[in-house]
Order: sequence, then structure tokens, then C-alpha cells
Amino acid sequence: MGNWLQGRAVDTAAAETARVEAPRWRVLRRLARNRLAMLGLAIIAIFVALAVLAPWIAPHDPLRSSFAKRLQPPSAEHWLGTDELGRDMFSRLLYGARISLRVGLISVAIGIVIGVPLGAISAYYGGWVDLIVQRVIDVMLAFPGILLAIVLVSTLGVGLENVMIAVGIVSVPVYTRLVRGSALALKRKDFVEAARAAGARDLVIIARHILPNCVAPVIVQSTLQVGSSILWAAGLGFLGLGAQPPTPEWGTILSRGRQYLLVAPHITTATGLSIMLVVLGFNLLGDGLRDALDPRMQE
Amino acid sequence: MSQYILRRFALTVPVLLGVSVVVFAMVRLIPGDPARVLAGEAASAEVVEMIRQQLGLNEHPVVQYWIFLKSLARGDLGRSTLSRLPVIDEIRSALPGTLQLAVASMVIATALGVSTGVLSAVRPNSWVDGLSMFIALVGVSMPVFWLGLMLMLLFSLHLGWFPPAGHETWRHLVLPSITLGLSSAAIIARMTRSSMLEVLRQDYVRTARAKGVPERGVVLRHAFRNALIPVVTVMGLQFGNLLGGAVLTETVFAWPGIGRLMVGAITARDYPVVQGAVLTVAVGFILINLLVDVLYAYIDPTIRYD
Repeated sequence: MGNWLQGRAVDTAAAETARVEAPRWRVLRRLARNRLAMLGLAIIAIFVALAVLAPWIAPHDPLRSSFAKRLQPPSAEHWLGTDELGRDMFSRLLYGARISLRVGLISVAIGIVIGVPLGAISAYYGGWVDLIVQRVIDVMLAFPGILLAIVLVSTLGVGLENVMIAVGIVSVPVYTRLVRGSALALKRKDFVEAARAAGARDLVIIARHILPNCVAPVIVQSTLQVGSSILWAAGLGFLGLGAQPPTPEWGTILSRGRQYLLVAPHITTATGLSIMLVVLGFNLLGDGLRDALDPRMQE
Repeated sequence: MSQYILRRFALTVPVLLGVSVVVFAMVRLIPGDPARVLAGEAASAEVVEMIRQQLGLNEHPVVQYWIFLKSLARGDLGRSTLSRLPVIDEIRSALPGTLQLAVASMVIATALGVSTGVLSAVRPNSWVDGLSMFIALVGVSMPVFWLGLMLMLLFSLHLGWFPPAGHETWRHLVLPSITLGLSSAAIIARMTRSSMLEVLRQDYVRTARAKGVPERGVVLRHAFRNALIPVVTVMGLQFGNLLGGAVLTETVFAWPGIGRLMVGAITARDYPVVQGAVLTVAVGFILINLLVDVLYAYIDPTIRYD
């Protein structure tokens, strides 16, 4: 009897999944037809390729300084000029892309790993669990934008790893709220009730039946969140709280380059453009994904 | 209505307490002796001991928190380890600068964001719409501090129209407030557009058109006022975010506000000032959100207060 019910629950869940799976191709097709989203994807692909291939394509050592070549404007030898210590800007930006993309991805991963289960547990158990989790989230959201990250980094200590942790923690509330919203609706669905009736344990229900159905909004949010995380990390770097010199982190480069704004504007211009482009890529793709997944936009 | 406002006030209390716990814990989680952290590295052993006694650092953490809350209630946030001035005085002199900057940025963000959003929504999928929404997306993708540097490079260093730093005249306010306001303008524009599009699809708008109301009247009187409701919420959130963004903008333009005070204090490890500045911004943000929720109840008659 128990087995039969459990089998039914699995069948229902499978049917639900199948219903989600079929439109998956339609979503991808719709996404592929969105020119701006494809532009975003192309930008991201180029930056990822440049970041991965940096050791092979960088024309110079990003850390080697040469006082004879300080603050040179762009030239055939140094495509994007040199910085205040005569280091090649193009090579530094390539290595900077590695750092920024890594920071973006790892901090989003931290946000997902903490925020998603927290949101599901909060919605599934409700009651005082929900009350406590939501009040903690309220407190986190009481710090606007970058402020919570600043608080965390100044407590944890300056450095790139702590920036990733701080930015990751700052994005937890976004995921918790998002997944809690979806999970509240899901927990009343028949297939969840059936699984519960079949005696499945709470954690199994959350992991097998609730979380897989929250994937779409989490993917959209994460795409946009990588962009925000890169911006926040660059902001912390700019304030001197992130990677320390000589690490070619974009925010750190900007904060050094700012002192040479008039004599060597290429340092800040090129670095800022890189940040803007890669963040724009994630925002374009994220917007496109949201439109493609939005049932109201169906053709 | 008054019951709704009271309930909303009551919900603010635990959040304020939570924020005070975070600020309290911050200094105690930094590796090392909290008395030394709060006294500053250069402080003598007597000063460190005095602070230990004052804050009850030998007592149980709960007692320490109670002492912290009591001094907060008195407006006592300790003394700066650098200037030796009371933190509350430092904050009092920096706060007007930040408020001035935030209000000016909000005015720019609202004017630019709402008008762009309405223009886009009136002609959806036209080139005006496509271009302005693309610019808005570029706006939210830009690091605030970089935009500030680029504006400074063009309008101060090359054209000489506005001073690059300082706060003496209104001309000093122009570049920082544009810098800070643009990304909020972009967010407000996107919100206004989608809210307007939603409203323009409603039956009462069709009715207004059918009975011959001129298009201007339809857009401004019938659609715009209703579309404004979600926009006001976003504006409230944005005002709070401006307080956060001010940290970076003030640093770029050497604008004397809470943000610059905070960053300077972090660099100098002046933790009493860091605590005070963080607390001020967070409390400001909470109060603004409270205000927005109350306003929201006034402008949206469909909100039920039970």
C-alpha cells in the first residue's frame, strides 16, 4: 500500500516534471530569437573565453612593471596602454576578467547554497521557523545595497576571498524570498501532498519535489545576480576592501587609476568599460531568460 | 488606516533591534580584544581599560548588549579613535551632506526615470522605446563610481564646467548627484514603463479612449496616476539604495557625507565611527521604507488595512 502510494506520488511528480520539460525547448527557442539576449550571451562567451585563455593570449606579464614605460597611451605594443607602474593594461584586464568572473560565480553559488534551501525550509515548515528566517532576512535587507557587504568585509577582514563571502551573503535574501514564494504555492500541490501521504520524509520532499520546481526563477535571478555581484565586488575593490595590489582586480585597478585620471584616462576608461560590458551581458541574458520563461509573453 | 500604520510601526521594532545586534556584534567579531579595537591601536592601556569598564566587556554578552542599547538610547555612540570627538557629533556634521546628495539624486532619478518610462510605454516597441530601454540597461550595468570618474574627466577636467570635488556651491552638487541618480533613473524608467503598459491595457483606459478623451488626457490623467503606485514603491527602495550608493559616490567626489566618513573610518580602523555610520544609514533606510509603506496606503485606496 505504502509502495503503491509512493509510486503514485513519483508518477504525479514525473508528470509535473514532464509538463515543465516539454516547454523547455520552446523557452530555448524563444530565447534564441531574442536578439538582445543573444548579444548578452555572446558578450559573456567572449569574456569567458578571454578569461580562460588569459595565460596564453596575454601579450605581457600582468605583474611585470617597467618604470620607463609608465602611463603610456595605447600603442601597437600595448593595445590598451600601460598603468602607473608601466604594466600592460590589456594583460591586466584579461587577468582581471578571470578574477571578476570567478568572484561573480562563486558569490552567486554561495547565495544559492544558503538562500535556496533556507527559502524552501522557511516556506515548507512555516510557523516559527518561517517567522525567524523571515525576520533575519528583514534585518539583512535593512542594509541598503553595498552596505551589508562593507559591514561584513570590515569584520571579516580585507581581501578577495572575504569579498566573495560578503557578496554571497548579501545575495542570500534574494534567493530566500524567491524560493519561499514559489515553495509556498508548491507545498499545497497534489503531488507534494501525495508524497507526504506516502510517508516521504520532509527533506526528501523538499529536495525532490519542491526545489526542482523552483529552478526556472532561480536561473533567471542568478544570471542577473552574477552581474550585480561583479559590480559589488568591483565597488569593494574600489574602496580598497577587496583584492590588494598588485592583483589585477578591476575595482582595484580603477581605484589606482583614478589618481591618473587626467594624464592617463585610458586606465579608468578601459577598465570601467570592461566591467560595464560584462555586467551588461549578464543583464541582457537575464532579461531575455525572464521574458522567455514568462507565460504572459507566449506567442 | 491608523491601525495599519501602527502595525507597520510595530513590525519595524524587531528589524531595528536586529540591526543594532549586527552593529553590536560587528566589533566583537573582529579578531582581537574588542576594547583595543574600540579604543584604537594608538590608545594607552588606561584608555583601553576605561573602555572595557564603560562597555562592560568583562560581563556576559547579553549584559554588554544591554549596556550598548542603553547608550544608544542616550545617543551615545562612543568616541572616534582618531579625532576623539563623540561619534554622534561626527555623524551630525556628515549627515546633511548625504541627505543633500540623496535628495538631489532622487529628483534627477525621478524626473528622468518617470518621463523616459512614460515615453517608452506610449510607443511600445518603437525605436524610442528600444533605445531608451537599452540605455536604461546600460545605466544599471555601469559601476556608479566609474560613471562618476568619467563625468569628472569630461565635465571637470576637460570642459571645466563643474568642479571635480568639494561642496562649497550648488555647482559642486551637479556631478555627484547625476552620478548617483542615473542608475536609479534607469530602474525607475523600467518600472514606470512596465507599470504603464499594464495600465494602458485595462478596460477603463479603453473606455476613456472610446468616449473620446484626447490621448494626452488618457495617458496623463487615466493611466499615469494609476501606474504611479508601484513606481512609488520602487522610488522608496531607490532612495534607500541612494544612501548605500552614496558611499561610493562621496568617495569619488570627496563629498563630505556619511559614506566618506565611513570609508575613511574603515581605512583608519576607527570602529566606533564605522558602527555609528552603519547604524545611521540602516536606520535611515528602515525609516524611509516605513514612510513609503504609509504613503502607499494613502495613494492606493484598494489596500485594505486589516
